[in-house]
Amino acid sequence: MIDAFASGLLQVVTLDLRLWEIVGLSLAVSLSAVVLATLLGLPLGAAIAVGRFRGRQGVIVLLNALMGLPPVVVGLFIYLLLSRAGPLGELGLLFTPQAMVFAQTVLVLPIIAALARQAVEDAWREYEEQLRSLGVDGLRGALTILWDIRFSLLTAVLAGLGRASAEVGAVMIVGGNIDGVTRVMTTAIALETSKGDLPLALGLGFVLIAVVIALNAAAHLVKQAAERRYG
Amino acid sequence: MNGILPLHLENLSFAAGGRTIIERTNLTLEAGTSTIILGANGAGKSVLMRLMHGLLAPSAGRVVWSGERVRRRQAMVFQRPVMLRRTALANVVYVLKVAGVDAADRSRLAREALAEVGLTQLAERPARVLSGGEQQRLALARAWALHPEVLFLDEPTANLDPGATREIEAVIRAFDASGTKIVMSTHSLGQARRLGDEVIYLHQGRVAERAPIEKFFPVPSTTEAGAFVKGELPWT
Amino acid sequence: MDLRKILFIALLSVAPVLSAQEKHIVVSSTTSTENSGLFRHVLPMFQTTTGVAVRVVAQGTGQALDMGRRGDCDVVFVHNRYAELRMVREGWFVNRHDVMYNDFVIVGPTSDPAGVAGMRDVVAALKKIRAARSPFASRGDKSGTHAAELRLWTAGGIDPKGTWYRDTGSGMGATLNAASGMNAYALTDRGTWLSFKNRGELTIVVEGDPRLFNQYGIMLVNPARHLHVKMAMGQAFIDWLVSPEGQAAIAGYKIGGQQLFFPNAKR
Repeated sequence: MIDAFASGLLQVVTLDLRLWEIVGLSLAVSLSAVVLATLLGLPLGAAIAVGRFRGRQGVIVLLNALMGLPPVVVGLFIYLLLSRAGPLGELGLLFTPQAMVFAQTVLVLPIIAALARQAVEDAWREYEEQLRSLGVDGLRGALTILWDIRFSLLTAVLAGLGRASAEVGAVMIVGGNIDGVTRVMTTAIALETSKGDLPLALGLGFVLIAVVIALNAAAHLVKQAAERRYG
Repeated sequence: MNGILPLHLENLSFAAGGRTIIERTNLTLEAGTSTIILGANGAGKSVLMRLMHGLLAPSAGRVVWSGERVRRRQAMVFQRPVMLRRTALANVVYVLKVAGVDAADRSRLAREALAEVGLTQLAERPARVLSGGEQQRLALARAWALHPEVLFLDEPTANLDPGATREIEAVIRAFDASGTKIVMSTHSLGQARRLGDEVIYLHQGRVAERAPIEKFFPVPSTTEAGAFVKGELPWT
Repeated sequence: MDLRKILFIALLSVAPVLSAQEKHIVVSSTTSTENSGLFRHVLPMFQTTTGVAVRVVAQGTGQALDMGRRGDCDVVFVHNRYAELRMVREGWFVNRHDVMYNDFVIVGPTSDPAGVAGMRDVVAALKKIRAARSPFASRGDKSGTHAAELRLWTAGGIDPKGTWYRDTGSGMGATLNAASGMNAYALTDRGTWLSFKNRGELTIVVEGDPRLFNQYGIMLVNPARHLHVKMAMGQAFIDWLVSPEGQAAIAGYKIGGQQLFFPNAKR
């Protein structure tokens, strides 16, 4: 396996522009999906955390369960939505990076919302009296807490990023793995494996892991610097 | 605009977990006097203050203020202050923002409040790294910025050393001097005598005795209060 | 780091994904054709000539034809003549043109337990494999290759069942990976085989039988059924592929000096 690793990495390092196109697209798709999922998921999770409504426990259970949505099922579902024969066919979004962002957002949203919900609920216990005393209630209190626990939420966001950059089922189905247009790292790895070029697939795999580690390291440094400033 | 005092508690009860914590209490709190609430642990001091401040809903009876829009015109300082993860100044600015103060005025008013409690030097420090005493002063600055008519304090110096306690008491006196009614619970008899005009002694959820400071100390009228005073360390 | 900066960075990361799309058509084809590398060789020539980008979605033949039926592509380019003609008759496609052919081969372990190496008669070879109960890996995925394989078994009067017959339900590459891992026989198109790198002990054992002839056809999705189909650009691609220029491009694609596909469009 060391041989395969070495030969694969060599191929990868000497590979042309195409590899960096693929890496760039992977990052663009997954980061876009995480950004969208965060913008939607954080307020959603916070609202459920502080809200009091009938069926709240059921919503929480469902949200937690959706963290485990199988990517290939999400891909299939969105394919049927975006297919010409489907309800959103007019948009012509099938086999585009936008469709991939859409699919990954759906995958990542429950993760961020569920983890945010738990974090905000835990913090609400600490903050509740003081905030209510100051006249801060409901959604405003939830948003204040969201900002205050932002460093803990970073972990939720990174979990979402991990899920997005690792999955292949959804982006394969809605993207079509089109050369130069919708081929990302995971689908490229699947392709090279199916072509029997295992060393190259392995090399690509290590590049993917290295990229994700680099992103996590960057996030960690940002978090540390900010924590020093804000306490 | 009318003041929100006097505050009337009518047949106020509170029960939780099968236990009655506050029992059919009738009380009127007037402007102008600093009220100290004394009582043993579990007597119901914290619950009573939270009922008055509106953080808890009574099981029976009513809390009746004399004016409108009461929330903004009273403030509360807790035994353990909760600070937002931002600078001291930003914590006060936040409170002003919630209260609807114009953006242009917030910074200035916040700095005035910090100056009042002696925290000007620490304005740009993250609030969470301040000491216990400094955080409590910051909590008072937050309250000051609102210029409340009533300030509730729930054992504000219980976790502080004597030096910090003196600083807090100085601020409380400043509130009193500026016309804010003080309602404070404490374990310290010395503190009660230093800061209060009247004492309400709570015994197992009932008001057992209510008297001006000079009548309550050194010897209260009721036996329950008497036993309490004897049992407490007098000069802290 | 205030909110505005964060939003700006967020928008930046989304921007490239939202950029405008170029002039293109979507062609649905098979994984074996894609894996052979033919498209990477041929499509840039078409784009240079016409300015139209061709986006290939590669799947099994059955799924590729289904995609045409659903209207999720403009052109379908597969290798299952019977199914193609049937669907033209049913009105899903406008026309069908021969484009090129390649051939299938049987690969197997060098140890050759069934004793078929060097045979030309593929049906006889399959009978020997069945008799020896030697492991055989099949695609089992509605693909053109799978259809061809089943026709050959039928020609030999065999219904392939039993533990020796391994149905992988997957693409050509994955099936070859499985065959390599199990030292099994398999039917594969020459193109995929030539670019397949995980051969293990496998080698070509049977080739040259005319029944292994694999015809490719190209069809335009019927715009009457799906109004959005890019008729002009799709037809332009078909016209180019069967033109002398396109046919020469196909013939010019080689791996290790060996030509993979043989153009045979009718004038």
